Amino acid sequence: MNRTWIGFLVLFALLVAAPFVVYPVLVMKVLCFALFACAFNLLLGYTGLLSFGHAAFLGSAAYATGYAMTQWAITPELGLVFGTLVAAALGAVFGGLAIRRQGIYFAMVTLALAQMVYFFCLQVPFTGGEDGLQGVPRGALFGLLSLRSDMAMYWFVLAVFVAGFLFIYRVIHSPFGQVLKAIRENESRALSLGYDVDRYKLLAFVLSAGIAGLAGATKTLVFGFATLTDVHWATSGEVVLMTLVGGVGTLLGPVIGSVVIVTLQNELADKAGSWVTVILGAIFVVNVLLFRRGIVGEIAARFPGKQ
Amino acid sequence: MNTITLDALFGQLLLGLVNGSFYATLSLGLAVIFGLLNIVNFAHGALYMMGAYVAWIALVQFGVGYWGSLVLAPLIIGAFGMLIERTMLQWLYKLDHLYGLLLTFGIALILEGTYRQFFGVSGQAYPVPELLAGSTDLGFMTLPNYRAWVVIASLAVCIGTWYVIERTRLGAYLRAGTENPKLTQAFGINVPLLVMLTYGFGAGLAAFAGVLAAPVTQVTPLMGQNLIIIVFAVVVIGGMGSILGAIATGLALGVIEGLTKVFYPEASSTVVFVIMAIVLLLRPAGLFGREK
Repeated sequence: MNRTWIGFLVLFALLVAAPFVVYPVLVMKVLCFALFACAFNLLLGYTGLLSFGHAAFLGSAAYATGYAMTQWAITPELGLVFGTLVAAALGAVFGGLAIRRQGIYFAMVTLALAQMVYFFCLQVPFTGGEDGLQGVPRGALFGLLSLRSDMAMYWFVLAVFVAGFLFIYRVIHSPFGQVLKAIRENESRALSLGYDVDRYKLLAFVLSAGIAGLAGATKTLVFGFATLTDVHWATSGEVVLMTLVGGVGTLLGPVIGSVVIVTLQNELADKAGSWVTVILGAIFVVNVLLFRRGIVGEIAARFPGKQ
Repeated sequence: MNTITLDALFGQLLLGLVNGSFYATLSLGLAVIFGLLNIVNFAHGALYMMGAYVAWIALVQFGVGYWGSLVLAPLIIGAFGMLIERTMLQWLYKLDHLYGLLLTFGIALILEGTYRQFFGVSGQAYPVPELLAGSTDLGFMTLPNYRAWVVIASLAVCIGTWYVIERTRLGAYLRAGTENPKLTQAFGINVPLLVMLTYGFGAGLAAFAGVLAAPVTQVTPLMGQNLIIIVFAVVVIGGMGSILGAIATGLALGVIEGLTKVFYPEASSTVVFVIMAIVLLLRPAGLFGREK
């Protein structure tokens, strides 16, 4: 038992207890964004690619699942699979374009492509334009287990989150993940060692987009709607902030970061008006200037145990 | 296709040139800042928005007219930019470029959120200055004087910037600093001062575009963020290596966008991004790019 696994178990225990103490829908929102941030961190933290357009994947999956659930009346698990596949396919296209440029250009390309998705969702008929898709049913799992009650839904969301999280853990600790880290540390060296860097980057991008999509699809089920907020660049910024606050390149960092940011937004939503944006911006600035390791990274640096 | 009148076509073409002038001025500022600071300035849209607000506040509160603002706003926002550079950006130069993008993104959120809190999201109208009100009949179209002025003024400022950077001693220092800051410093040139002035100049350029934009578009806290992402795409298409390239790309994309509004309006908001995708496929380094 090393520290990482103790951390996982503590987190899991807290998540099992959480819906009895806190409003379950809020915890579900945290879990969706935590999964979203973990997917984003797979790219930024473990491959060194800053995608500034990850909302495109969250949002496209949210819309796809919402559309499939209302129009085709399929079961929720199929809805999630559909949303995830749509996001992964979009990730393959965007990733293929974006990895043609490096560093700062990569961030700008992903941002611009995501903005294209935003305008697309604003204009096409099947997304409901400004209103978004409303009244998406939660349905019954495998057609048997109704998810209508928040508690039933919670256990399902927790299961999705844990599955997604463990999948990312597995990817990071696989030989594939080691190559990703090698690319992050020194791309030219990885290339000279004979790794087809572009293929690794593309696969990491597709995986990240797919899991971000899974998070977006789950979010649609929880709230019953998908809106333009899901594809807006501000959402792409939020996931960057969550990862940064929690700790880039740490496993638990994005989870902690999303707890902090979602809770903060929830507390301030009806009190602070536009100051919420200002506060998020200030957290960005403070984080970048003084606190680049994030919460988990800072703790790990203060208490170095054997890994 | 027969329903499109020549007047509408030229009108959109001119509007495209106007938007293209803003793209050109803003991407030029981004390129100059990136060259010396290695920072992609996400706050550029916010500085542009602030320039327009300086003009509007100066008019409403102090009765300062358009021409005064055209000089004052770049100076005020330029000074503000230098303050940002000294207090925040200067700590990031040794770090990964990504941190510069993240920091300026945070600054943009702070600025835009503050303005939204005080001024709301509804637009404020800014009058066209008397001298440029009205329009000229060119025979084949009526030319609104102010729009023509925006294109001419932006082009003059852009070409002036190109001249200073490529043809003067100060510009030579700047290019030397871009190429090799340590060596330039060793030759006795105050590079940190140069960096501060460069960021201030970029911010001033954005504010200048903001004042020019105020009578054409409405003054709102969101006017910058709507523009900055398109400008990023413009920068990806053109590459940040060449100043004239940035100007030409900006103007050309504005015109293409204007023409799309005439022939296929549904695609007008996405056409720049589609072109970006095509350029990435055909010329990954951008039209004028030198990938480092």
